[in-house]
Amino acid sequence: MSLAGGSPEPLPTDIKSGPMSDVGVAVVGYPEDADGAVAAGLLPAGKPRSTFRRGLEVFVENKLAVTGVCIFAFMILFCFIGPLVYHTNQLKVDFAHEELPPSGAHLLGTDASGFDVLGRLMSAGQISLEVGIAAALLATVVGVMWGAIAGYIGGFVDSFMMRIVDALLSIPTLFLALVVVSIITPSKPVLILVIALTSWLTTSRLVRGEALSLRTRDYVQAMKVMGGGGTRAVFRHIAPNAIGTIMVNATFQVADAIALIVALSYLGLGIRPPQQDWGGMLSNGVQYVYDGYWWLIIPAGFCIVIVIAAAIFIGEGLRDAVEVRLQRR
Amino acid sequence: MASLLTIEDLRTEIRLRSATVHALEGVSLSVEAGECLGIVGESGSGKTMTALSIMQLLPPGGHIVGGKISLDGQVISSLSDDGMRHVRGNEVGMIFQDPMTSLNPTMTIGDQIAETVLLHRGADAKTARARAIEVLGLVGMPRPAERVSNYPHQLSGGMRQRVMIAMALACEPKLLIADEPTTALDVTIQKQILELIDDLRHRLGMAVILVTHDLGVIAGRADRAAVMYAGRVVETTTTARLFANPRHPYTEALFGALPEKAADQSQRLYSIPGMPPDLTAPPAGCKFAARCRYVQDSCRQTEPDLEGDTWDHAFRCFFPVGQAGDDEGVTQHHETAIVRERLEQAAQPQDGEALLRVDNLVKNFSVTSGAVLQRKIGEVSAVADVSFKIRPGATFGVVGESGCGKTTIGRLIAGLEKANGGAIVLDGEDLTRLSKRERRRRAPKVQLMFQDSYASMDPRMRVGPILREPLAIQNIGSRSEQNDKIAAILDEVGLPRASVDRYPHEFSGGQRQRLGLARALILSPQLVVADEPVSALDVSIQAQILNLMLDLQRDLGLTYLFISHDLSVVRYLSENIGVMYLGKLVETGPADDVYYRPVHPYTRGLIDTVPVADPALAQAREDKGVAGELPSAINPPSGCRFRTRCPRAQELCAQEEPPLRPFAANGHMAACHFPLREPEGATLTTAAS
Repeated sequence: MSLAGGSPEPLPTDIKSGPMSDVGVAVVGYPEDADGAVAAGLLPAGKPRSTFRRGLEVFVENKLAVTGVCIFAFMILFCFIGPLVYHTNQLKVDFAHEELPPSGAHLLGTDASGFDVLGRLMSAGQISLEVGIAAALLATVVGVMWGAIAGYIGGFVDSFMMRIVDALLSIPTLFLALVVVSIITPSKPVLILVIALTSWLTTSRLVRGEALSLRTRDYVQAMKVMGGGGTRAVFRHIAPNAIGTIMVNATFQVADAIALIVALSYLGLGIRPPQQDWGGMLSNGVQYVYDGYWWLIIPAGFCIVIVIAAAIFIGEGLRDAVEVRLQRR
Repeated sequence: MASLLTIEDLRTEIRLRSATVHALEGVSLSVEAGECLGIVGESGSGKTMTALSIMQLLPPGGHIVGGKISLDGQVISSLSDDGMRHVRGNEVGMIFQDPMTSLNPTMTIGDQIAETVLLHRGADAKTARARAIEVLGLVGMPRPAERVSNYPHQLSGGMRQRVMIAMALACEPKLLIADEPTTALDVTIQKQILELIDDLRHRLGMAVILVTHDLGVIAGRADRAAVMYAGRVVETTTTARLFANPRHPYTEALFGALPEKAADQSQRLYSIPGMPPDLTAPPAGCKFAARCRYVQDSCRQTEPDLEGDTWDHAFRCFFPVGQAGDDEGVTQHHETAIVRERLEQAAQPQDGEALLRVDNLVKNFSVTSGAVLQRKIGEVSAVADVSFKIRPGATFGVVGESGCGKTTIGRLIAGLEKANGGAIVLDGEDLTRLSKRERRRRAPKVQLMFQDSYASMDPRMRVGPILREPLAIQNIGSRSEQNDKIAAILDEVGLPRASVDRYPHEFSGGQRQRLGLARALILSPQLVVADEPVSALDVSIQAQILNLMLDLQRDLGLTYLFISHDLSVVRYLSENIGVMYLGKLVETGPADDVYYRPVHPYTRGLIDTVPVADPALAQAREDKGVAGELPSAINPPSGCRFRTRCPRAQELCAQEEPPLRPFAANGHMAACHFPLREPEGATLTTAAS
């Protein structure tokens, strides 16, 4: 046996770790030690980091995603904290001050009923965000449970449950929402239910696929060889590994739900006056499009666009962050 | 004479987000017309990069930054993309590793072959189609006129690779680059494809560059060979000379790591310590210095040039091994004497209680159709009536092609599948009769080692929790006792204790396999089922793992069921071997007896098809091997399942299934009506059970 350089010390460690299969990026070796046993090689350099930390690093690197988080946080502060700072009358119709252009007293002017547009933007935003986020959460919970059960049990149960999803998916979302809303008077809970009812379907399909593939992964098989059962498989391995996909999907669901409630309100089937959401504001403002009252259209439209865009940016950032392959770079 | 292809001082870099990989540094090679050049190396050595640089098909971020490639006198490394388009497919053809991903699934194979002819030869559709049929016939596709309108999914893996070769040949290139052409294929098919490439080379007079990780593949095929390491050619000479007298320590070490070179387990495989250098920041001096046995201080300072003491044998080393100068009469290894000795040992009957006894094991998988009702439309006979036993502390090796049922046997024994019939008796207890709950409690007795250790570990768990999980499931020990156990097992497999805070993806392939072994051993199992544990690893790393498995077997008294497609690895590691074919055990017995004196024609054929790193032997086996492809296991052939591919098959084979009968007193048994030799002593047939 020969000692390389006579030193059993590890070679310099300032070298990046990397998968062996990649183009020559590998860890530096380790000479044979004094017993002649071959050391298995060096530990990868750098501090061990948790999956969360590594994910966060990838997320933070994504400028758009960070912008998305900032926008979303700002909009939530704007809608929920804003009214505490910026007091406006949003209850009494005031025809004396209708359709005023932006000025010192009304930063974004007033609308046809004399409400302050900036204040209205805040209270309408509360409804859009509340309904959007609640509907997305509800859809995600229902979808995840439905999909996970179908995927994990498999066989006949899976086929049956998924055919129901297929059947419901064949009904156009907006059409179903319109029918339900024209039968029942829309209130916030009703809107949440209606939107969730139409959007859990895609989540359930996604989660079912994920469960089907995770169930047959080698690490779930390995756990079975150790004597582990189904509960452990679901809670220790399948759920944590699916959570990334679920989170990403939930973010996109928020964007979709906000877009859907805006669409409903724009068609006049959303929340009823005197409450209003961004879609309703837009719908009202569009009537005055030829009068040049831009402050009735642009602020509401802008809010809708940037909130949805922010949610999508966050979703895409999350998708990169939960992708283990990207974390490794 | 000017060479067909010359590569001079080629340097290729791949720019990544944060670093630059110096994939190739000063590669110089030449290929004569009609010659076959073999490029061997481990993963990351730059062998594929060399091939891709010639074609200018480098991955994103890849650039040729220096050097010159000329084909037939024309410099092609500086050609524009348009210029290259004329070279690719026309003057240089290329075959890739995986024929399934390289073929377009939505086009018929005929159209895909015709495409190159249409592009480069300006032929009309009819001529192109005729040419497609012609080349399909050339590559040995049966009934080419009918097959030409098939889609890739309608063909088997071997046939798809033939289509790939046909595509590469359609325009009669002067040079064919085959990048690991057979790695994704079974050994019997591998032999057929390599033979085809060889045959076409002679018939069409084209040159071939054969890129492979397998020394055995080039032994029988290449005229000259180049060994690559860390983006450099470290040794190049004629194939015969390379195998007879390797001069670079890396080449020598690669040979030392081959299990087929070792006579038996008492002879440890030479394993190259450590791993290849990081090519984003290559060390100064010789790149192999960190792993070299003969390293001296000067190696770490300056890098040796590629030069040699004879004109056709060059190597990059200051302190070469082997014999200098003329190497006529280099020692041949005296295999015969060793073999005779081992066969005598093997002739002793083995007695004693078996740890594991598998009796008449049967497993069928149903094939269902229909989305809701899931009617059963057929059955795959994965394991059919298999019996064997393993004594404590021994290794039983199962070999066979993919689809022969060897993995299913492993899964049945590990409890991942339920048998349809037969018994698995471990330590006197039939595991198949236990309830689910009881079987789970027996889990520690049998553990499974996976082929892909990375996939078998939850990517979101650190090594600590991964190793703790089996203990937690079985409720063994307190937390601190578990920690002690984890530390002990990490020592055992040669990994630092600090590994517990790491994630599996931070480790290299060999280290992960050590982790896999550690997890399998932490429950102190009696039996370890190892399913292809080394087939995804490079030769040098494979040797490390095999040595470790042997050491642990000796120290802990482990019993292995070793499943592999690689006969030479199985022979090296096992005391007894079982050869499987299409769900049947066709031959079983002491490893050396089966390997050196096979009885069943399939075993013989399998041995002859395995590429051996010995040019003389490889040439001697030229015409042997198994013909055809594995039939479907849904409707296995009647009688003997091997008869469709057997050179000795007669009518009786189709009518009657041959029983497993003894051929020697040491437990050598085979199922064949017309075996290669008759049983030793007529009394044996009645005496043995």
